Amino acid sequence: MPAKIIQGNKKAFKKVKVDTVTIDIIESALRNARYEMDTVLFRTAMSPGIREQHDEFPMIANVEGKMVVGQFGSFIWGFMQGYDGTIEEGDIFLTNDPYSVNGAISHANDWLMLMPIYKQKRLIAWSAMFGHMTDVGGKVPGSLPTDARQIFEEGIRTPPVKIYQRGKLQEDVLKILLHNCRLPHWNLSDFNAITAALRTAGIRCIEIAERFGDDVFYSSMHAMLERNKRAMRELIRRTVPEKKQYFEDYICDDGLNMGPYKIACSMWREGDKCIFDFTGTDPQSLSSINFLLNEEMFKMFAGVYMIMVFDPQILFNDGFYDLMEVRIPPGTLLKPLKPAALSCRTHALGRIFDILGGLLGQGNPSFMCAAGFSDSPHFMYSGYDKNGDWYQLYQITFGGIPGKPFGDGPDGHSLWPSFTNVPNEFLESYFPLRIDIYETLPDSGGPGKNRGGNGLRIGYRFLEPGEISIHDDRWLTYPWGVNGGLPGARSRKTLVRADGSEQLLESKLDHIKVEAGDLLLADTWGGGGCGDPLERETGKVHFDVEAGLVTVEGARRYGVVIRADGTVDGAATTALRKEMATARGPAQLFDRGFETIEELRSRCKAETGLEPPTAPQFTKWAKRIAEERKKGTKAA
Amino acid sequence: MAYRLGVDVGGTFTDLLLVHETSGKTWSAKVPSTPEDQSIGVVNGMMRVCEYAGIDPALIDHVMHGTTVATNTVLTSTGAKCGLVTTKGYRQVLQIARSFVPGGLGGWVIYNKSLPLAPLACTIEADERVSAKGEIVHALDEAKLRASLRDLKTKNIEALTVSLVNSFANDKHEKRIREIASEVLPGIPVSLSSEVVPEMQEYERTVTTVANSYVRPRVARYVRNLKSKLSIRGEDVKLHILRSDGGLASATSSEEFPVNLLMSGPAGGVTGAVWVALQSGFRNLLTADVGGTSTDVALIQNGEPRLRRETTVGDVTVRASSVDIRTVGAGGGSIAHVPELTKALRVGPQSAGADPGPAAYNRGGTEPTMTDASIVLGYLPEGQKLGGDMVLDRELAGTAVQKVADALKLSRKDAALGIYNIVNENMVGALRLVSVEQGYDPRDYALIAFGGAGPLHANALSRLLGSWPSIIPPGPGVLCALGDVTTAVRDERARTFVRKFSETSAREIVKILRELASEASESLEREGVSKREIRTSWQVDLRYHGQGLRLTVDTDIKDIEKRGLQAISEQFDAEHKRLFTFALQLEHEVVTLRASVQGKGISLKRTALAKGGPDPKAAAVGKQKVYMDGKDLTAVVYDRRKLRAGNKVKGPAIIIEMDSTSVVLPRHYGLVDKVGCILIYPDGYKKPAARKAKR
Repeated sequence: MPAKIIQGNKKAFKKVKVDTVTIDIIESALRNARYEMDTVLFRTAMSPGIREQHDEFPMIANVEGKMVVGQFGSFIWGFMQGYDGTIEEGDIFLTNDPYSVNGAISHANDWLMLMPIYKQKRLIAWSAMFGHMTDVGGKVPGSLPTDARQIFEEGIRTPPVKIYQRGKLQEDVLKILLHNCRLPHWNLSDFNAITAALRTAGIRCIEIAERFGDDVFYSSMHAMLERNKRAMRELIRRTVPEKKQYFEDYICDDGLNMGPYKIACSMWREGDKCIFDFTGTDPQSLSSINFLLNEEMFKMFAGVYMIMVFDPQILFNDGFYDLMEVRIPPGTLLKPLKPAALSCRTHALGRIFDILGGLLGQGNPSFMCAAGFSDSPHFMYSGYDKNGDWYQLYQITFGGIPGKPFGDGPDGHSLWPSFTNVPNEFLESYFPLRIDIYETLPDSGGPGKNRGGNGLRIGYRFLEPGEISIHDDRWLTYPWGVNGGLPGARSRKTLVRADGSEQLLESKLDHIKVEAGDLLLADTWGGGGCGDPLERETGKVHFDVEAGLVTVEGARRYGVVIRADGTVDGAATTALRKEMATARGPAQLFDRGFETIEELRSRCKAETGLEPPTAPQFTKWAKRIAEERKKGTKAA
Repeated sequence: MAYRLGVDVGGTFTDLLLVHETSGKTWSAKVPSTPEDQSIGVVNGMMRVCEYAGIDPALIDHVMHGTTVATNTVLTSTGAKCGLVTTKGYRQVLQIARSFVPGGLGGWVIYNKSLPLAPLACTIEADERVSAKGEIVHALDEAKLRASLRDLKTKNIEALTVSLVNSFANDKHEKRIREIASEVLPGIPVSLSSEVVPEMQEYERTVTTVANSYVRPRVARYVRNLKSKLSIRGEDVKLHILRSDGGLASATSSEEFPVNLLMSGPAGGVTGAVWVALQSGFRNLLTADVGGTSTDVALIQNGEPRLRRETTVGDVTVRASSVDIRTVGAGGGSIAHVPELTKALRVGPQSAGADPGPAAYNRGGTEPTMTDASIVLGYLPEGQKLGGDMVLDRELAGTAVQKVADALKLSRKDAALGIYNIVNENMVGALRLVSVEQGYDPRDYALIAFGGAGPLHANALSRLLGSWPSIIPPGPGVLCALGDVTTAVRDERARTFVRKFSETSAREIVKILRELASEASESLEREGVSKREIRTSWQVDLRYHGQGLRLTVDTDIKDIEKRGLQAISEQFDAEHKRLFTFALQLEHEVVTLRASVQGKGISLKRTALAKGGPDPKAAAVGKQKVYMDGKDLTAVVYDRRKLRAGNKVKGPAIIIEMDSTSVVLPRHYGLVDKVGCILIYPDGYKKPAARKAKR
């Protein structure tokens, strides 16, 4: 049953011809409105993940629910098809259940809110936004249990409900939700902030429609979608070959000591249409690393990646959706079946970007970027302080940006838009810890003509007893290099106890007890190198050595010899580069740093200090249900 | 009797305004700028203006100066080679910055980060640690530090910054390091983060202090040089430099804290605009300073520019108060283009600059710019010259605009109008940032447009925003010097003091505010401002405990004494509600306390414009075909010098003067007021009843 839209004014919009300049003006005005949503949210939200790190995504969509400005693409059309109820002026919908919205949000921490925008009793547009709440209840602080088997362990969930009904807040519903969260005042503040942002977008849309007329507003949004489609059609034709391209990458483990998990994707073009097929991806995991990938969202990722690589001038929106088809087999890691746990999907979500790079790059190697910090690994620390007050820190960490055809990858930066780190002085003021080390790790960026960014080392010194959680990946597989570039360094977590003893930590863990004085060395991974390191200007290598970003030993991986006095030995460099070039042979398109998974497992312990994960076991029921669905014997 | 001199150094011209302090009489002059050493132009100008006034330059006792030396040093990357001392474990604080990559999803693909202002090769660590509460966790290892500083000496640094973790809470180690550095690196200026910006957030504090060091040697040299050249007959002229926040700083403080001067130039324009508008009776304003490559906009509430706690120049954003000026890459030189894939019309942010400049300059530019579009539209009539002597080639302008017309399949005039409209829209985007996005309704404000190209857009901008009237000041190209000379000497002191309300008291807050005020007053007194002229105001930055934002509320010590902390929390709640539509039932938290002190400004007399009747025909000098709002029309061209107070110029009209051209659109009229401003209103305009700020 699709939703019933209640409108006092049922007059249909008229498609009118709008001149280019007016469309451009409306486009700028909508873009400004979308940035205004960010501003309102950042300033009033409380969860540091939203407020400081900007883990939130605003959007404005047209009357049919197609995203006109925003980042993650629209799910509103799907929502309207699936919502069994009415949509009225003043309503605001709230949900955090990925399974209710086909993965428009992918774990319960993301609270998604939708607001229909009415003008003179007629629906004219939509605004939507979601943000990552620090906590939504469940079995662990932060609500991202690394070992969850079912989504029911991951906090309170709500299907799409009207949290505002015709302008009136449904306080009882909100009370139930907040009651189940560990930091209810943060959730409340973030909820208010998102509401304010949605309403801001509403006011702006009405103003624009007042200024130009409703039909012009309506028609311009259509034209913006059409304009994008035209540009993307051209882009797809030029950059996606008809010949099938295939690429695979991995999630190292699942928190249950099984792994790695394979994500496989093929891409090809049929006429104007670009097809992505994830056949070959491993079945869904028993634990929480599953990523319920929304097909439309994937289209947006793919489209944006193409735009950024090939023509950053194009404004992206949902206009090109018809030009892409995404096939994800159900029951796999990327389309897990209910009630699979989903909370730790961040690794697979990030890895999608490495896969896109690998797929699109094969047809256009000169535009190809390496793999990078394709993740947003979390760190959590919680407990009761000396005064008996509960403290709970949730933080996203950063790493090496890939080497790219246009230049080096920055060190210790974010691959996600508008994310920032939290100032350490802020952390030290509000949480019982000190950040004793905050630096990037020399040589952790993959060597290349353009160097991969270095990974980050954070030294957390705990000042109160408590528990920490680690969410990490790429400790086993490497961020690969391209066109001769070498892989970046892997991640690593070491707990140095107050007595000096050291303990290596696995990459996905909860409930690690820490005492005052313990130090966690959290090393993230670097970006892969792009292009032949032997072709990197010696001056640049020397500069990095002087800066302490590359060591003297590390410079030799570029074939550059640094003398004891710190200067470059030109003759020795020429000789070494020649010798290395001969020994290596021609540069490889991809350098993954391993040949086979078996070979990788066999040297795991020696290289990482950790036992290799065992081959994953999969649930039989998911596989069976998936097959039955395919045959049509079981309803979806 | 004493004189004051206001000086604004621009890219092309140096403007000067001389004021007789008691009578308020003024003289002005314009001389070419001397970019290789700006002080030469300043002194030339001073001689010129004194000649006009017939006075001995030695009679000038205060020189107020807006300078772009600090800005240009950053923009052209010509600052000092900076050394940096950080806490152990934080050597890469500038390299990592806030981990932010601009540009939306996938933005990293095209992002290349610029190098930090202090090279990593010149950054050393101090083995020391202070906690967030200011306790010493590890004492400073002085022997190690000396060794590291000796290493640094071999790198030939020209300035040193010390920025240690949590130094906002305890500056002991930073101060000690300065002592040691002065022994190991004698003669190298040292900037301490705890002095330049004693606030929380290690990256922001470090980048700000490093920026201070980076521009310091050049600014100091310039200021000292200028001061000595200005001191005729060995007398000590008081030289004041306009700060980014619109106040004046002493020469000494400018040398030590030049990071406060990064917006000195544009702040002068805003200050001048405020002064002029006040003469015409307008206290609530949006200002638009339209130049060749960009437009600076600001919001003025009740005669005071809004300030913000950061300044951005190029890639560098620092924590220093500045007039809340937003810049958009839209100006006369902005280039119009039509991307192949989308077929959309885009204007800017690329600019043809001054060289080659718009196609019409005939210096080799072929890309269509805003100026070329204005020519096609007839807004810059035959015979009008830009900047006094630039002859415009109308043929070349037309050919350039035709490129866009062809790509869009539009007539040449429609393409030109499209460019004009898009540029206006981009400017409106910036004006919205300072108004709507801060919770102010632009319809409650008048708009004042200046800079060479401002008056071309004023009417159109007001129409888009509903901001009436559109004010075009006399001499729109030379407002900055006026701003410089009318500014009062100002200073402030701030302290980060993060406390929940339950952890502090009204008495403690008042005590600190008083201390800050007396420190700031003493600095003004050293500048020769007498104690009874000093006005003090206090601000407190607050938030709800747990929030990341902070809002600044103006407060009165007496009110806090009387009503306790409630006096500030009530104001904060009201402001929070105005900005974000809701307030919360959460505990308040103080973040920063600040005291600002100000000396008296100067009152100058503007010669009233001779009165005339409503009919402006005596000023009409010709007719011009124009294309406005999609129609071919004939506009009357007026000579601004011949307009009289009370004249009412009906649109469509073009008003020309030496350094600017104003457009009055159809169904609008321009009223010349008693001080010579042109006030543009829509026909039949009635002042709306006061309305509540809408959000």
